[in-house]
Amino acid sequence: MKKLLELLEKDYTQTPETLSKLLGRPAEEIAAQIRQLEAEKIIVKYHTIVNWEKAGEDVVSAIITVRITPQREVGFDAIAERIYRFPEVRNLFLLSGAFDLLVMVEGRTMKEVAHFVSTKLATIEGVISTTSHFVLKKYKEEGVIIEDREKDRRLVVTP
Amino acid sequence: MTWADRISPTVKSIPPSGIRRFFDIAAEMEDVISLGVGEPDFITPWHIRESCIHGLHLGYTSYTSNAGLLELREEIVRKIRTDFDGLTYNPRTEALVTVGVSEALDLAMRAILSPGDEVLIPEPCYVSYQACTLLAGGVPVPVATTMENNFQVTVKQLEEKLTSRTKVLLLGYPNNPTGAILPRQELIAIADFAKRNDLIVISDEIYSSLTYEGQHTCVASLPDMKDRTILLNGFSKSHAMTGWRIGYALGNPDFIGAMTKIHQLTMLCAPITAQLAALEALQNGDSSVQKMVAEYDTRRRFMFKGLREIGLTCFEPKGAFYIFPSIKETGLTSLQFAEELLKAERVALVPGDAFGACGEGFIRCSYAASLAKLTEALERIDRFMKTGLPRLVK
Repeated sequence: MKKLLELLEKDYTQTPETLSKLLGRPAEEIAAQIRQLEAEKIIVKYHTIVNWEKAGEDVVSAIITVRITPQREVGFDAIAERIYRFPEVRNLFLLSGAFDLLVMVEGRTMKEVAHFVSTKLATIEGVISTTSHFVLKKYKEEGVIIEDREKDRRLVVTP
Repeated sequence: MTWADRISPTVKSIPPSGIRRFFDIAAEMEDVISLGVGEPDFITPWHIRESCIHGLHLGYTSYTSNAGLLELREEIVRKIRTDFDGLTYNPRTEALVTVGVSEALDLAMRAILSPGDEVLIPEPCYVSYQACTLLAGGVPVPVATTMENNFQVTVKQLEEKLTSRTKVLLLGYPNNPTGAILPRQELIAIADFAKRNDLIVISDEIYSSLTYEGQHTCVASLPDMKDRTILLNGFSKSHAMTGWRIGYALGNPDFIGAMTKIHQLTMLCAPITAQLAALEALQNGDSSVQKMVAEYDTRRRFMFKGLREIGLTCFEPKGAFYIFPSIKETGLTSLQFAEELLKAERVALVPGDAFGACGEGFIRCSYAASLAKLTEALERIDRFMKTGLPRLVK
């Protein structure tokens, strides 16, 4: 199962027939297993990484560090949920260290992101403080180098 | 008398590389998918490259000792001991760092052979085995292996070629171009043959890390074989470091001493940058190697199944990153098949006879290419077999 997941994580567009050849198991069996993994939410979602800048679309990303007061019985989870329900929030992590939550936000303009932070995020009850860091350039995302200059430089035929 | 007449007869006697001509055609064409490349498609893992850059920052730009950095030799010896049943070498007297296995092979031949000494060379094999033998004044004696016997050389085949002048047995397993391995039991029989006939074994184990079913057995690790064997290995295939040109030889102090003498007078030492990179590869490279091996293994299965589905008779490779299907049923020679396939479908692969006469009737496909490229290549070969080929043979 691990091998199948690794192959899909690398490229989810591979068909069960291709995967069958790679894993040496029948395609039907693999298709069934994928359906099972999807149903169990082990495969959460298939995701495409887009270089929006190259596509000519303006996207502004920011990383907001947030300090919050944990609440009785629910700890950090209730506030986290109030935050991650916003569609502007792309990623949300609870961290150890100097602050509690790391929120990654996306919007079309800097103003839009700033507006979201000041009116929605900072005003949630339990939020003590926020610090915003705007992203200037993305080098690597989800394990993928955005503009990779490495390429195949081998000769066509070698012994 | 022309300039050409003045070239050494030995050099003239070496046939031009079969791959060379083919490469010239392929290099001119666009949109070629190449299965003709005898090196990994991975770039050297970043931690290894980074470590070399760090070394340059610190000013490591000088010669090293002739035998190579002692620290590197110690790591090589440690790795061999861990990988092969406690096989132990003295890093000070029994290890030599070379400019790739290619140099190591040349040194071994020159250190050992006297004019007329015969070298048993199981074929198909890497292209330089014959040439290195000739350049050292030896006589290469090809030993043909067959697909029916999984391209494994047998004692019987070797005995048929044995003469009073036979001095060396040259083994190259896992094998380029067939992907064959020599399993432990077969290797034990061959080691006994070598001992019985007092032969020196030169073992090129550059593909040893790329063994997919079972464990690679190092011939030097078999009983009483260590001193009789010159073990050659390196980093090109295991760590995707072909362009660094770094390898090593291990053997008894006399052989290694003699090889070091030639090395010191012709090469001086392997480049220090590559030695630093190799050190990092040995100290922290195991997980990178495992990842690449897993990837090759997936592709191996993919190609084996794919070529069989196309209808080519194929031996299942167990090592290296080559697959060696037979094209005898097409009625074409290896070179014709390769040239026509290249012309019709722009897939480059290497005619089997480049690796010895018994490679005729086969083609070498390297699966050191991305799955997407392999998929496309298989589709093109399939189309060639179904449409291009019938037109040709008609």
